[in-house]
Amino acid sequence: MSDTHTTVAAARKDPGEPGPLRTFLKLLRADKPATCAAIFLGLVILCALFGPMLLEAVSSKQNLRGRNAVPFLFGQDWTMWLGGDQLGRPLLARIIVAASNTMAIATGAVAASLLIGSSLGLVAGYSRGRLGQMIPRLADVIMSFPSLLLAVIVLYMLEPSVGNIVLVLAITRIPVYLRTTRAEVLEIRERMFVQAAIVMGASTPRIIFRHILPVILPTLVTIATLDFAFVMLAESSLSFLGIGIQPPEVTWGLMVAQGRPYLTSAWWLSFWPGLAIILTTLSLNLLSNWMRIALDPTQRWRLETGGKKNG
Amino acid sequence: MADPLLEVRNLSVTFDTARGPVHAVKHVSWAVNRGDVLAILGESGSGKSVSSSAVLDLIDMPPGRIDSGEILFEGRNILEMSAAERRGLNGKRIAMIFQDPLSHLNPVYRVGWQIEETMAIHGTARAEAKAETLRLLAKVGIPDPQAAAEKYPHQFSGGQRQRLMIAMALALKPDVLIADEPTTALDVTVQAQILGLLEELQKETGMALVIITHDLGVVAEIAHRVVVMSKGEIVEAGTAAEVYRNPQHPYTKRLIGAAPGKGEIHPDELDTPPILALQNVSKQYGAFTALHGISYELREGETLAIVGESGSGKSTTARLLLRLEEASGGRALYQGRDLFAMSPKELHGLRRDIQMVFQDPTQSLNPRMTVFQLVSEGWAIHPGIVEKSRWKARVAELLREVGLSEEHMHRHPHQFSGGQRQRIAIARALALEPRIIVCDEAVSALDVQVQAQVIELLDRLKAAHGLSYIFIAHDLPVVRDFADRVIVMQGGRIVEQGGVRQIFDAPREEYTRNLLAASLDPDPEIQARRRAERLERQKLAGEAA
Repeated sequence: MSDTHTTVAAARKDPGEPGPLRTFLKLLRADKPATCAAIFLGLVILCALFGPMLLEAVSSKQNLRGRNAVPFLFGQDWTMWLGGDQLGRPLLARIIVAASNTMAIATGAVAASLLIGSSLGLVAGYSRGRLGQMIPRLADVIMSFPSLLLAVIVLYMLEPSVGNIVLVLAITRIPVYLRTTRAEVLEIRERMFVQAAIVMGASTPRIIFRHILPVILPTLVTIATLDFAFVMLAESSLSFLGIGIQPPEVTWGLMVAQGRPYLTSAWWLSFWPGLAIILTTLSLNLLSNWMRIALDPTQRWRLETGGKKNG
Repeated sequence: MADPLLEVRNLSVTFDTARGPVHAVKHVSWAVNRGDVLAILGESGSGKSVSSSAVLDLIDMPPGRIDSGEILFEGRNILEMSAAERRGLNGKRIAMIFQDPLSHLNPVYRVGWQIEETMAIHGTARAEAKAETLRLLAKVGIPDPQAAAEKYPHQFSGGQRQRLMIAMALALKPDVLIADEPTTALDVTVQAQILGLLEELQKETGMALVIITHDLGVVAEIAHRVVVMSKGEIVEAGTAAEVYRNPQHPYTKRLIGAAPGKGEIHPDELDTPPILALQNVSKQYGAFTALHGISYELREGETLAIVGESGSGKSTTARLLLRLEEASGGRALYQGRDLFAMSPKELHGLRRDIQMVFQDPTQSLNPRMTVFQLVSEGWAIHPGIVEKSRWKARVAELLREVGLSEEHMHRHPHQFSGGQRQRIAIARALALEPRIIVCDEAVSALDVQVQAQVIELLDRLKAAHGLSYIFIAHDLPVVRDFADRVIVMQGGRIVEQGGVRQIFDAPREEYTRNLLAASLDPDPEIQARRRAERLERQKLAGEAA
């Protein structure tokens, strides 16, 4: 069986060896949902980058005659197609502008906790000394605080700005990465190929970064994308408590929170930003699922053969 | 002639995979009668286990499906039976034992309870089941059945666990016992005991025994008839002696030709100066002593085999030598310097001189690196061996040398077969231009034919590169063809050492003799003779005691 497998893979790879970007795109195209997800995320990123620049003024212009304006009135200006909020501000424009803060907070918090958490986890997992004992305790301490309580305390003392919210959210999410990384490192450290590297004379950084990290990276990326959704929602609950982003700054979470009193009369106030959150996290999950397969040489054939039989 | 007890007729099984259907077995037919011992012999991937899995309804469907054929048990086609009827047969009339008993015993229940459970499922009263369990445990040779029934699986050794599995399988006095590689994970002496037990029980109960194995020795030891499988098809069938003496199919001929222990023995011990000397090396794990101060020398250009059963400390010596673990005492002198006392910095320089090839190449090659990255990694760690501009050319050269081709460079390990992977591991070791290579069970995980090829490769490379090998193995026949000198270890001590001819032809120690007697010869006639001798010795020992 493995023989046929070898020849199949070889036949596909050898002609011309296309560049890494080309192969990357080809693999992405093989997974339709992931392609849609990538396009949607590209759109969100564009909104986040250019939205505030272009639509800042429109999005904050009050229009009391258009309070809670009904969506789908296509006769109006395009920014009002999704309706207006409680102050008559166009929802579509606000969602586009809010993408910027939302993405900044979520990306910042996830990236920071991923970086800090997994570095600490690598050290904790690989060192057999005291450090390996101490670091997991640090995670235990953080975990023993309810994360929202921690956020309330910190944000009570600090100014509730984007930077500080990122800081708070990052701290509360560090243990997730730390524990996962440590557990994986403890297992992979004992694998034969790590021992083979030691026999070869590889240095500790080389073993960690060349041999251990690539094996655990897919797990971390998967957790990070799931966490992305969690962080967006956590940020909205902070906003809901009034210690998150302060108006007139706006995020999707804040928009959901602000629409809550009107849910019975004007559902669209919370619905559209909520939909944005859902679609973004869904896209991230689809993309991470694709990435896990595309990055794993033993799984990649699933995409190369073009079939979606893996279920 | 009456209908056979169990007959597989024209069975074809296909598995649907993402890469298209795989025909696991094609038109396979075999039959066993009461009192018969049938061996299904094949290498990995030959489909030797599939037909028996079909008998016990163990094939996952989908992705598997049975395309054609029937399985007759006492004349009835069990493939047409209802699930409930088949459950009634499984365990009660047809039982199975597996290769790895630890994973088939539930770790959270006492073993006595687990054996009772098999009987209780099929309607035996608990009290009766309990008494029967104790009787069974005594029958399969577990000492002190009363106490043993109260223990958990992890408290038994590998051989004892296999005995427990046999007890469980025999609980309901099945008519057919299917044993899937029952002794592959066991030491040779234990293997001989378990096969002896199976044979004895089979004679006593008159059940039919189907043994699935890759080992010609097992066939020779126990089987009356043998079915040889290759690539999902039966290529040859007949009595064990007939097939061995007069194989018809080229595949069978190759298989028998590749059996180790038949080739030229290396003539004499080399008389070259020692390259490595271990002096009084010991290792303790807490209160347990794994090595009791052993000393030996490796001479330049020789192949030194270290053989022993599991727990003999043979792998520990290798791990200490490569500083994967720290020794508790003793010295290892290489070029006049003590390897154990070196600082990490000094050691780094010497690493490239002593390389290792591990048992399982699937695990020792990083699955995320390409062959090129794997082989060239050592040059990044030890600059100065090969210039970076020449890496590609040199990797291609090494791959050709170990019998692969340079197109393989950009593939990942999972795209190769087991034997090819071990070749990659050897190329990786060679890349550092070492003087000593430690092979820790380097061919144990491979099929017989591949084993022979890899050993031939190692032998050729030794001459070409002036290497010395420390070859750790549990398999004596492999060592016989390949080694210059042999060290026999037991319980962390060296029992005997000497030239390969002396160890095999005139062993001095009782332990070595037992080890040799327990290893199975592929020739049924020789094996029958050995068995007779063994029984004789046992009888003598019994009379003496």
